[in-house]
Amino acid sequence: METFLDLGGRVAVVTGGARGIGAEICRLLHSLGACIATMDLNREGVEALAAELSAKGPKAAGYGVNVADPAQVEAAAEAVLKDFGKVDVLVNNAGITRDNVLIRMTDEAWDLVLNVHLKGTFLMTRAFARPMLRARKGAIVNMASVVGIMGNAGQANYSAAKGGIIALTKTSAKEFAGRGIRVNAVAPGYIATDMTAAMSQEARDAMLKVVPLGRPGTVSDVASAVAFLASDRAGYITGQVLQVCGGMLM
Amino acid sequence: MAEENVKEKVVDIICKLLEVPREKVTMEARYAEDLGADSLDTAELVLEFEDVFKISVPEDAEGRIRTVGETVKFIEEELAKKKAMAS
Ligand SMILES: NC(=O)c1ccc[n+]([C@@H]2O[C@H](COP(=O)([O-])OP(=O)(O)OC[C@H]3O[C@@H](n4cnc5c(N)ncnc54)[C@H](O)[C@@H]3O)[C@@H](O)[C@H]2O)c1
Repeated sequence: METFLDLGGRVAVVTGGARGIGAEICRLLHSLGACIATMDLNREGVEALAAELSAKGPKAAGYGVNVADPAQVEAAAEAVLKDFGKVDVLVNNAGITRDNVLIRMTDEAWDLVLNVHLKGTFLMTRAFARPMLRARKGAIVNMASVVGIMGNAGQANYSAAKGGIIALTKTSAKEFAGRGIRVNAVAPGYIATDMTAAMSQEARDAMLKVVPLGRPGTVSDVASAVAFLASDRAGYITGQVLQVCGGMLM
Repeated sequence: MAEENVKEKVVDIICKLLEVPREKVTMEARYAEDLGADSLDTAELVLEFEDVFKISVPEDAEGRIRTVGETVKFIEEELAKKKAMAS
């Protein structure tokens, strides 16, 4: 039977795959037939996930990589090409938060969050676009956030990074369009993960009040959007930001 | 790498990447005007030359290299420099 989304024979690179949304993206793309190369600061985490996936389907491998480190990203790109021979899909998902009100935000918190999200996405795109350019084919999906569009008190660094990712998405979409490479972003709203479990109950309740669908999103809600944009079904879609936020932002 | 070899490899790479027939790739041919390369094409060419010849092309050199002949000359000079350093 032909399925709506088929990633059979594709090689997908996913950052931040050790847990949360990234792990779910790896699982879903793998279940749709893709080989998975996933990188994370948490090497044991991605190695364990890769072992679990490899055991029941297409090849998967985990790599310990800091996406904000140019040398590590270059080395990872080489390793993936050696191990898998090509790259069809890149999902830039790795991320962290260091929240504080702006006037109390440290330089370190600013730099760290900008480096992991924005520089990390740039470095990964620069390194992994090359094999895609050669192949004249590819799909890149960057993880943004609704706060990158609407702002969020207490997240100056994070929202600036996510806004930057949206602009980077559009620019790389324009640069690569002539080479058959599509670049899109997914902007989740409030998703139940370890990242948001760290928030206070009060903050979570306040969040839910502004979500018309009345529930937090799941990692699977986000992964489905990523899988669609990564697939040929989204063949005429590039430079777009797909919001997965329960209607929180319209 | 012998002189003819560099020239031939450079022409090979250009033909493949820009999808142009060999006869168009003369030593006088200019990337943008004669071979129809856009900025991403030239960036890809530079990366390819760097990989194949194991040299590095500084950004300021890119502006000076506008024809195929200038590319061959630049690469030969870089290779000669490397050889001199090694010996
Ligand atoms: N959870 C949400 O509500 C929500 C909302 C909007 C956007 N997002 C975005 O979705 C993405 C995933 O979020 P999550 O909730 O799954 O977070 P998470 O904290 O559960 O997982 C993030 C993963 O990224 C890894 N990572 C962090 N820094 C890294 C680095 N420098 N190099 C490599 N890996 C690194 C972590 O080790 C972790 O495994 C992030 O980009 C986040 O900003 C999440």
